Amino acid sequence: MTPVPQSGERSAWERVQLARHAERPHVVEYVERMFDSFDPVHGDRSFGDDPAILAGFAQFRGRPLMVIGQEKGRDTKGRMERNFGMPKPEGYRKALRVMQLAAKFGRPILTLLDTPGAYPGIDAEERGQAEAIARSLYEMARLDVPIIVVCIGEGGSGGALAMGVGNRILMLENAVYSVISPESCAAIVWRDATRAEEAAEALKLTAENLLGLGMIDAIVDEPADGAQCDWDEAAKLLGDAVERNLAELDKLTPAQLVAERYEKFRRMGGFFEEA
Amino acid sequence: MSWFRKDKDKDQPLPEPKKVRTEGLWIKCDSCGAIIWKKDLEAGQSVCSKCGFHFKITAAERLKQLFDGGAYQEFAERLRATDPLSFVDQKPYGERLEQARSKTGLQDAIITAEGRIEGRTVVVAALEYRFIGGSMGSVVGEKITRAIERAIERKAPLVIVSASGGARMMEGMASLIQMAKISAALTHLSDAKLPFISVLTDPTTGGVTASFAMLGDLNIAEPGALIGFAGPRVIEQTIRQKLPKGFQRAEFLLTHGMVDAVVPRTEMRDYLSRAFGFFCGPVA
Repeated sequence: MTPVPQSGERSAWERVQLARHAERPHVVEYVERMFDSFDPVHGDRSFGDDPAILAGFAQFRGRPLMVIGQEKGRDTKGRMERNFGMPKPEGYRKALRVMQLAAKFGRPILTLLDTPGAYPGIDAEERGQAEAIARSLYEMARLDVPIIVVCIGEGGSGGALAMGVGNRILMLENAVYSVISPESCAAIVWRDATRAEEAAEALKLTAENLLGLGMIDAIVDEPADGAQCDWDEAAKLLGDAVERNLAELDKLTPAQLVAERYEKFRRMGGFFEEA
Repeated sequence: MSWFRKDKDKDQPLPEPKKVRTEGLWIKCDSCGAIIWKKDLEAGQSVCSKCGFHFKITAAERLKQLFDGGAYQEFAERLRATDPLSFVDQKPYGERLEQARSKTGLQDAIITAEGRIEGRTVVVAALEYRFIGGSMGSVVGEKITRAIERAIERKAPLVIVSASGGARMMEGMASLIQMAKISAALTHLSDAKLPFISVLTDPTTGGVTASFAMLGDLNIAEPGALIGFAGPRVIEQTIRQKLPKGFQRAEFLLTHGMVDAVVPRTEMRDYLSRAFGFFCGPVA
């Protein structure tokens, strides 16, 4: 067996592979381990229920919390059912409905990002994939409860960002978050998807890169060889990070939470003004 | 007298035929194939007089068409992109930017301006498709956000005319985040009870559609414009079948409830004026 490179020496491509590792814990595994209780909620009240998004109300270390995440599925059957974690518009609309429900009752929200991207298909376009994502971005900006976003695996472009407008944006050590997948990027710029490794480096999509660029607030440690090696430990580390950040956000009023979140995103992006 | 006569001057070069330079004066319609006199096309707002096909126009032409007397005042025009990732694909991003700048005369893929439409002060942001596919990086995101802030400051309605392939991947995550930044800023415009009309033109896809372009109080589209989240090629590759005719066109979005109206370019000013009249009342 080839030794797993130690954290800090892993290349962007190695992180991509760890983020997509078949044994990596998904939302279901974290939910099972992090919460004292969890009750799923279903449906967007308009079209259907999207199995690619798991949502529900939970008890987290003695306090109520709404949790929402993209679930990729584990075995072949599960993956098919979950559409490989690629949500359709009804998934984003369910997520938003559930977040607004939490806000109505003053409950904090935890979103767990893990998707290759929003589903690109005829039905998704017909039902307004773009509108569903846009609406989610817009409404999340004004929810007046603490929102913690954690990218736990693959943060796939707009399909991930749709649930990513939070007061705290965290990433697991081996997670990746990117405007485009390395394969698609390589296919566009070199017309060769096999050059994904180069594209992964160029896109600066690792947690370390994004912390350095000011796109995320903190990195959550994983077990030494990666979350896939020890689900319990990974869930404990994630739980600790969520608890710490919730405690900080508890100090803010609802209006401060909205203002702080706005300012955070308002500042993001690099440009300069010519004299 | 023979019927034929040998041309003694055969080896002499033929006199130059009279040449009239016509290149660039005529344009062939991409849709119906009609040959149109370029000046006529421009006079008709770049809409084919035969079939109504809407040619792509530049951001500057767009603003001229929308504002009274074609007059407007640009703002935030000196914002320039950085290259946070030092991104190199077939050429360095910095070089790509320079080429786009010299091609379009713009600093980035957008013009933000203030002017009047039927006497009413309106803030308009128009994306420039010729500048790296109208892609949205930090400068586009910042300029749209400033346009929103200016509309609030002036208590003026906002129009954003989209023409974009989506987020600019050469700026990585920072470009994706602009979707959230602009969408959040629009909540402030809404709180100020100021109208925002999103005008979707050919093409509008990706992260632009999946953020501000779908968040108008009214979303209106030009006839025939391609509008979607995923591009048609990506969808074809995913589902491995041909897409139905008219899929993701403005009229398709209208029947699927995603846009309020399909408005021809020649009626755009009147439409906007009526809508703002409805939302804000007569011009003071």
